[in-house]
Amino acid sequence: MSTTQYFLRRIFVSVIVFFGVSIVIFCLARLIPGDPARIALGPFATKEMVEQLRETLHLNDSIFIQYKIFIQQLFQGDLGISTYTKRPVVTDIISYFPATFELVLMSGTLMILIGMPLGILSGKFKNTFIDHIARIISLLGVVTPSFLWAIILMLIFAYWIPIFPVAERYDETLDPPKIVTGLLLIDSLIARDFNFFKDALLHLFLPGLAIAMPAIGNVSRLTRTNLSDIYEKQYIEFAKSYSYSEYKIATKYALKPASIPTVTIIGLDFAFMLGNAFLVETVFVWPGMAKYGVETILAKDLNGIIATALIITTFFLIINMLVDFFVLLLNPRITIEE
Amino acid sequence: MNFFKSKYYYKFSRNPLSVFGLIIVCAVILLAIFAPYITPFPEHVGPFTDFANKSKPPSSTYIFGTDKIGRDIFTRCIFGYRISLILGVVVLAIAVPIGVTMGLCAGYIGRKTELVLMRITDVFLAIPALVLALSIIGLLDRPNLLYTMIAVSMAWWPWYTRLIYNITRSIKTEGYIAAAEIMGASKIHIMFREILPNCLPSLLTKITLDLGFVILVGSSLSFLGLGAQPPTPDLGTMVAKGASLLPDTWWFSLFPGFAILIVVLGFNLVGDGLKDMFDVDV
Repeated sequence: MSTTQYFLRRIFVSVIVFFGVSIVIFCLARLIPGDPARIALGPFATKEMVEQLRETLHLNDSIFIQYKIFIQQLFQGDLGISTYTKRPVVTDIISYFPATFELVLMSGTLMILIGMPLGILSGKFKNTFIDHIARIISLLGVVTPSFLWAIILMLIFAYWIPIFPVAERYDETLDPPKIVTGLLLIDSLIARDFNFFKDALLHLFLPGLAIAMPAIGNVSRLTRTNLSDIYEKQYIEFAKSYSYSEYKIATKYALKPASIPTVTIIGLDFAFMLGNAFLVETVFVWPGMAKYGVETILAKDLNGIIATALIITTFFLIINMLVDFFVLLLNPRITIEE
Repeated sequence: MNFFKSKYYYKFSRNPLSVFGLIIVCAVILLAIFAPYITPFPEHVGPFTDFANKSKPPSSTYIFGTDKIGRDIFTRCIFGYRISLILGVVVLAIAVPIGVTMGLCAGYIGRKTELVLMRITDVFLAIPALVLALSIIGLLDRPNLLYTMIAVSMAWWPWYTRLIYNITRSIKTEGYIAAAEIMGASKIHIMFREILPNCLPSLLTKITLDLGFVILVGSSLSFLGLGAQPPTPDLGTMVAKGASLLPDTWWFSLFPGFAILIVVLGFNLVGDGLKDMFDVDV
């Protein structure tokens, strides 16, 4: 199978999985006991109002027809009206998703920038003091709930030693730049507002780090294991016998093969981070998907819940696909399964 | 045979961290079981109020301080362990049998069964666990502990299907399976009596590791207000209550948070020890 065929196939599989996910979420929403229309309207609505809403939501049709309508509307970019915000769900998603997206990208960056070097240090200086410290950090990263990281980081670096701002996306006294992408960092660069860029970056750092901590632990653990395995390989001995510098051996011969398994699990790490974003956003009063998701859940807003789950899953599927492609580029020897 | 002289115990105890983890886990379980007898203020668990002692910082009487309505946080943390441990055990008691059965069927029977079951598993794996659990709770009626357990189980079983499926695939061509087939053993017998025992080391290791992570996810859900409802002393709920009151009354959320951290750490260390002991990869 050629690379192009592999890519196409991978995209095809993702699309299938997406449909599967949509079926699962849709069935959950429809098969769970309780009348969605009644739940949405609350206990004080009249019978007629409920019946009318059932008609608009097509709840009186069979579940197959309901699903067909759901998918048709989905492809027209219509996820229904949120009974909580009274706006189209798509509008809500467009206004909340960029904040979460920016946050998770920040976490992804921190995960690689901190996790990999930590793992490399650990693997290179195996069983020394540096290694022990790095391993304790990564162990604590994995076992500490990310909302606790958020609270600890906030207490230390925003209240006790006030280097970072406490909450929200930007300082209220600054004017936000014109919305182009919804990502404040990019929007402020487009508007050439560097003051705002710096402010937005500072606001991103603590929540981003809190989300990334468990993933940093994972990445550094894995990198450590792989790196120490690779340092026992013969070709490293060979390079040493050529008296190449330590630096050259590390960067040119050891790091690339050692990073492949790490890259492979980055997709999974993103799943964790998307979940963690829900917790950390709550602590940092971040106006993202978590705020929207939790509010729609508490308000029993079916369309909002379905949309939140779908958008997060889609994001996760896309990340996973990109990771697979990247692994293939990094390691062309990977045998593409028939 | 004396377990403490076996090679398994030797491998496990060689790593002091694993033994440390085991001590933590045993201590937490004992604390949770005997909570009413060892905590200083067992009556503070329910809807108790003592406004004279509200929001007291940690002191020798209240080692973790008191909350907004004067309840001892230490007592509530210990009782919170009861909820956490029950949650962990119940979730895995639901998720593991489902996951294991599906994994065995998919791996051993193969063909269409394999295709269908593994695609379903893939779909469930494609939704981040916390988000899936959140949506399920959202779609169910008012949040409570039972729904949290159901929701987390729904998000957890696919990992067991994946694990057991991989092991089953790798051992189904072994001689003793063929021998059992020739003797006319039923599929059920082969799956549960021939294959399953070979999965036990990996299964036990994963269950131990997961107990910690299930507790972590469960407390995350209650942190969002979607778990056990007050006045039940739930660790996640306690952290959430304090989070909005930072930084003045930091002990409200910090100590319950550390309580979660310790139990997850304990199960994690024991799980890592088991991994080395059985020499498995989960």
